[in-house]
Amino acid sequence: MSVPFYVSPEQLMKDKADYARKGIARGRAVVVVACADGIVFASENPSRALHKISEIYDRVAFAAVGKYNEFENLRVAGVRYADVRGYSYDRSDVTARGLANAYAQTLGAIFTTESKPYEVEIVVAEVGRDPETDQVYRLTYDGSVADEHGFVAMGGSAEQITAKLRERWEPGLSLAAALQLAVEALGSDAAAEAAGQGPRPIAADQLEVAVLDRSRERRTFRRLTGPVLAGLLAPVG
Amino acid sequence: MNHSSDQSGRLPAAFLRPGSSSFTEFVREYSPDVLPAARPLPAGALPGGGPGAGEAPHATTIVAIVFAGGVVMAGDRRATAGPVIAQRDITKVFQTDEHSCAGIAGVAGLAVEMIRLFQVELEHFEKLEGTLMSFEGKANRLSTMIRGNLGLAMQGLAVVPLFAGYDLHAGRGRIVGYDVTGGRSEERDHHTVGSGSIFARGALKKLYRPGMDEAQTVRVALEALWDAADDDSATGGPDLLRRIWPVVGVVTAAGFRKVPDAELEPVVEAVVAGRRGNPGGNPGITGQEA
Repeated sequence: MSVPFYVSPEQLMKDKADYARKGIARGRAVVVVACADGIVFASENPSRALHKISEIYDRVAFAAVGKYNEFENLRVAGVRYADVRGYSYDRSDVTARGLANAYAQTLGAIFTTESKPYEVEIVVAEVGRDPETDQVYRLTYDGSVADEHGFVAMGGSAEQITAKLRERWEPGLSLAAALQLAVEALGSDAAAEAAGQGPRPIAADQLEVAVLDRSRERRTFRRLTGPVLAGLLAPVG
Repeated sequence: MNHSSDQSGRLPAAFLRPGSSSFTEFVREYSPDVLPAARPLPAGALPGGGPGAGEAPHATTIVAIVFAGGVVMAGDRRATAGPVIAQRDITKVFQTDEHSCAGIAGVAGLAVEMIRLFQVELEHFEKLEGTLMSFEGKANRLSTMIRGNLGLAMQGLAVVPLFAGYDLHAGRGRIVGYDVTGGRSEERDHHTVGSGSIFARGALKKLYRPGMDEAQTVRVALEALWDAADDDSATGGPDLLRRIWPVVGVVTAAGFRKVPDAELEPVVEAVVAGRRGNPGGNPGITGQEA
């Protein structure tokens, strides 16, 4: 009879975490930037159909990096959660906090019980009536939750992008300024750093951009594409 | 009932399972008790006592008119329970998504619930699929919901909505009418539903002109509602004392817009002024446009 090798729980968890982290770091980054007009989401994503950024409910949106089938599964579950809750209670009873909790429990349970953890990192954001009441939750593959303020970067080159955002972000940015900062940050990845020629330019048709627009009633999520996006990205003056 | 999450706070397994983009189909499996159709109806009548007490409140007249840029839908504000006015300021015209709206006639409680489910159904599909449902698709979904209510309709609790919207593919406003069995038919130019609909339809036939603009179409809709209110006791006219105006929605390529009261008030006043001393109004035969 063969005896299975003993693997300490520490080692087991570490291996799973390393595996998930590697998977996440391979993909392109998503940045989330809060501003006076709402919350901006941006990612370098040439696909028009496979979204990394999506609407969950009236004031709640979802952004993810990592393995598409895994975060798509979570996104669909989130939309179902929100719609069932909003239909059986009221639209105002759907909150980012409730959804972030459900995601955290789900990801945590998958991380500990399944042999393969989800290789995803997600942001659940809710736009408030004013910038002080915005909520941005970042969830990692093991179910840990962080309550973020101002900006989040996740995915490949997240460190370099976060450094750029930390240097340049300030409260009360306009939508255009926040979007330009987000795109500049996305261009400041490891490849650009290695080239040493400043942020890499990213064409508007290579971007997936959406905003939770504070000024809108009911469904605040809208995608920014085509001329609207080009107009916002154009330098002022 | 196992709403939103199980004991551990995880998302229930049903949420993570690949499946339909239809909210109704999902909820029917996951939590059927929240759906209106799941409730069995006991035999017997509603308890009586006092005028109108044995009746469920009914909603009445809706008109919809296609114009060059899209479609206008308007509904009066009265709900009746037998001979009694149950509500003076009920809303019967609802935005159902960015490019469509629905008006309701029949049992108000069931109709409002049906529209609420229909709104979630359209939004759910749009979010999961990442694309808008086609106009035909929306009209068919509503048809299925009306058919689901057939059991109640047979017992006298019928719901008959009117659906209208801007078809982005065809590039024009469209109207779809229904019967209690869910049968649907596309209507050209204009359509009406509810107890006052015969009077409103007569008015529309005389007032409708192809190629009207939005403002003219809103005016014609209000004239038709006035004619319905004039002859049907269950349809309410504009309430000048309480300043309650009909609900008017306009759907164009740019989306749904509810005409605000401030914009509606002068139109209502013009309708009233045009009928003072001439209650039939002016159908424009003498050369003066309505």
